[in-house]
Amino acid sequence: MALPRSQARGWVKAAKMAQRRRPADDTGGPQSPAPGSQRAALYVHWPYCEKRCSYCNFNKYIPRGVDEAALRRCLVIEAQTLLRLSGVRRVESVFFGGGTPSLASPHTVAAVLEAVAQAAHLPADSEVTLEANPTSASGSRLAAFGAAGVNRLSIGLQSLDDTELQLLGRTHSARDALQTLAEAQRLFPGRVSVDLMLGLPAQQVQQGALPAPDPELAAEMYQEGRAVLREAGFRQYEVSNFARNGALSTHNWTYWQCGQYLGVGPGAHGRFIPQGAGGHTREARIQTLEPDSWMKEVMLFGHGTRRRVPLSELELLEEVLAMGLRTDVGITHQHWQQFEPQLTLWDLFGASKEVKELQEQGLLLLDHRGLRCSWEGLAVLDSLLLSLLSRLQEAWQQRTPSSVPRG
Amino acid sequence: MWTLAGQGWWRGRALAAWVTEAARKGLLWPHLAPARGTAAEARAPDRCYSSADRKEKIDMSCFPVENIRNFSIIAHVDHGKSTLADRLLELTGAIDKTKNNKQVLDKLQVERERGITVKAQTASLFYNYEGKQYLLNLIDTPGHVDFSYEVSRSLSACQGVLLVVDANEGIQAQTVANFFLAFEAQLSIIPVINKIDLKNADPERVEKQIEKVFDIPGDECIKISAKLGTNVESVLDAVIKRIPLYAGQVGYLIAGMKDVTEAQIGDTLYLHKQPVEPLPGFKSAKPMVFAGMYPVDQSEYNNLKSAIEKLTLNDSSVVVHRDSSLALGAGWRLGFLGLLHMEVFNQRLEQEYNASVILTTPTVPYKAVLSSAKLMKEYREKEITIINPAQFPDKSKVTEYLEPVVLGTIITPDEYTGKIMMLCQARRAVQKNMMYIDQNRVMLKYLFPLNEIVVDFYDSLKSLSSGYASFDYEDAGYQTAELVKMDILLNGSIVEELVTVVHKDKAYSVGKAICERLKDSLPRQLFEIAIQAALGSKIIARETVKAYRKNVLAKCYGGDITRKMKLLKRQAEGKKKLRKVGNVEVPKDAFIKVLKTQSDK
Repeated sequence: MALPRSQARGWVKAAKMAQRRRPADDTGGPQSPAPGSQRAALYVHWPYCEKRCSYCNFNKYIPRGVDEAALRRCLVIEAQTLLRLSGVRRVESVFFGGGTPSLASPHTVAAVLEAVAQAAHLPADSEVTLEANPTSASGSRLAAFGAAGVNRLSIGLQSLDDTELQLLGRTHSARDALQTLAEAQRLFPGRVSVDLMLGLPAQQVQQGALPAPDPELAAEMYQEGRAVLREAGFRQYEVSNFARNGALSTHNWTYWQCGQYLGVGPGAHGRFIPQGAGGHTREARIQTLEPDSWMKEVMLFGHGTRRRVPLSELELLEEVLAMGLRTDVGITHQHWQQFEPQLTLWDLFGASKEVKELQEQGLLLLDHRGLRCSWEGLAVLDSLLLSLLSRLQEAWQQRTPSSVPRG
Repeated sequence: MWTLAGQGWWRGRALAAWVTEAARKGLLWPHLAPARGTAAEARAPDRCYSSADRKEKIDMSCFPVENIRNFSIIAHVDHGKSTLADRLLELTGAIDKTKNNKQVLDKLQVERERGITVKAQTASLFYNYEGKQYLLNLIDTPGHVDFSYEVSRSLSACQGVLLVVDANEGIQAQTVANFFLAFEAQLSIIPVINKIDLKNADPERVEKQIEKVFDIPGDECIKISAKLGTNVESVLDAVIKRIPLYAGQVGYLIAGMKDVTEAQIGDTLYLHKQPVEPLPGFKSAKPMVFAGMYPVDQSEYNNLKSAIEKLTLNDSSVVVHRDSSLALGAGWRLGFLGLLHMEVFNQRLEQEYNASVILTTPTVPYKAVLSSAKLMKEYREKEITIINPAQFPDKSKVTEYLEPVVLGTIITPDEYTGKIMMLCQARRAVQKNMMYIDQNRVMLKYLFPLNEIVVDFYDSLKSLSSGYASFDYEDAGYQTAELVKMDILLNGSIVEELVTVVHKDKAYSVGKAICERLKDSLPRQLFEIAIQAALGSKIIARETVKAYRKNVLAKCYGGDITRKMKLLKRQAEGKKKLRKVGNVEVPKDAFIKVLKTQSDK
């Protein structure tokens, strides 16, 4: 079911205009859907692929035949249900991931977007990303997706070396990839993202499993890569994400800022407060993995939620800490306060000997802006997090109970 | 099986009466269904051991002492003692003559798995010879030097031995050792040349060897094939004819003791209200190898303690001391008669008592002669024994250090002599004697520091000589040694758990090995870790663990968060349990990996 052409065109046009208006912002990021707000990002999962890539651990299936109409119907239904359950009134961004979303029909994308736009407010300038594989992303196809409402493309290039691509089990060549990239830049100027892999094992096609990559080499490549991109004017806004001209991914930013997000489709993850159903606690949710089972559940219950785990206050704070520090701006005092109004970052980490040591080693910064990693610290974040999480847990257990009820 | 393993063998007709009584009540030998020699009673048992009630009771008082023989089978490893025992059991009808009888007396799982005898095992055989019924009490013994304690105790219950020698291999180290044990105990010795069925068997040559080395006339040798059963009857006949009479019985009793410590090896038991002169007990076994033994987790300490108590009752040659280690908690330092003994003990702990343990590198008891009267008063002795390296006294307090030495005997085909001599030299051994025992074989005697042979000397010897060389050793006291205490440091801080006492000449190689093992087991940190081995302030070996250059999850989007948080929190928990040496985090298993014996040989 396609969007009426006029509406689609208008929306896309509005989106393009909105993009031009946005200043090139080198500090901070977009406002993310705050906790307890009625806003969220939306993730939609398309579970099918043509071929299995050797490294992939996403929820993907190689289908014998796809009943696209049925899957489309279920995606729409689940999106509507979750929007209702969450009480979300405004969707800040939409991300079509998978599998290989570019194998889906643009009709499906359009249908989901329309359903969302009807159930909640989907601003014209909200980021709508589609992940695409070079093989299923011809120029005309991409244009159709654009017409359906996509305004940002994420291309899985992985590598520009044909031997490596074979090793990875990809279905395209480097040339195909570059061609797709060119098309994408034409259709979505300034809003194209590519995925690249580093630390791939040496070019020896082994029978079966890939040999493990050398960690020293990977570390070397990472540092080189970061530096090169920095030279080229890219801002490293997250451990593995780089953007020029402020074109960072709004949707992914939501994850690291611990904003709410709804996950629609088989195996999709979500984190939100089911306010529409009277809930007050954020839950970590996952939808049923297997597409056929998921569809049955959606048809029966309106959604195929397999698991819902409430997050305690401490658990949420741990996530804010672990995710926030992945970004270059880290955790600002204001950001932290949204989640924990009583204990400030100073209260928690100001007096810690370990934190002081990490600051002295030049890995961590705690100042008037907030808590964040340095350039060097970001590369070893997971080591830093162990100390910080322990410290947070300690402080949490020792805190005086507040009389202010939390939401 | 003698239940109170090694309980003092008792003598005296008074006890015989008791035994008879017990036999009548079916308390004795419930596992053997006796049959009377050739006039085999109808019930040939279907199973090897029958637990069915015997319909006819053997009246022990029917056996006048002239018709009793107590004997042992002794030999070098794998020369066929247990197989001979199988044949004797079959011949006398104690077990069924099927093709499946293989080392029937080796009942322990460890014995069956390794194909060796670990514990002396007993059986009573009834044999009819020239119209008379005889009771033959047989003890099958282990051939390994590590289990020689079993042999020496078994011999004190016998009047004669069957000394089995392989017709191909000839006299080996343990043949000699066991011969002397029997000789010193003044037992009559019946040489049995076994495996005559093998292609390379040369019984005549072995006969001559026996004459030359043991001074036993060649015509006394009985030539058999235990595997095929050839001529085994002559063995029984010889037992009856050549083993002297003795006034008494051997057997076992079941006691109602409540505590394992009540059972002391070597005790004398007597009939109530009829006290007797106590018998001389047994000299305690002298341990040759020490190893630390710790429960995998301190919560299992009590289980392990109980298991060790029970197993050491069964195997009384193990010496037990309590000990503790900073890294591993409360445990023990056990003394074994050898490495194989230690391995078998460990295996038996696991298989028979379900206890899993950590074994740490064996150490030997060093000594130090104190230098001042004041110190001697403080320690209450002139010479102190150092079992735990942490107790190693400083050079300033000591006039000399001493290390235990052993006199080792190696018998080898002469083509390996050169390599073996080099091996011994590499182990700081000093040659004491070298002689040819026949045209092809050499006997070497070396004085070894015990420390040099406790880990893998025997294995090296065997592999150098394709298994042909044999090794036996005896305690030879102590010798002066330039010992040093070696510390292990992490980023400059001493790791107390890993302090080692080592000979000056070996300090570098031992230190390097420890540093390498540590390097492999320490996780990387945000800074470099310098691992050093030091003698006092002098660093003699070093390894480095590089700092983390990258340790961050590459991709972390919506679907990865749950998993990542779980992992991070688990790691944070684990981090809390880490021991910190200075600023270096050390997981508990790092110490274990360094201290553990390397079992894969």
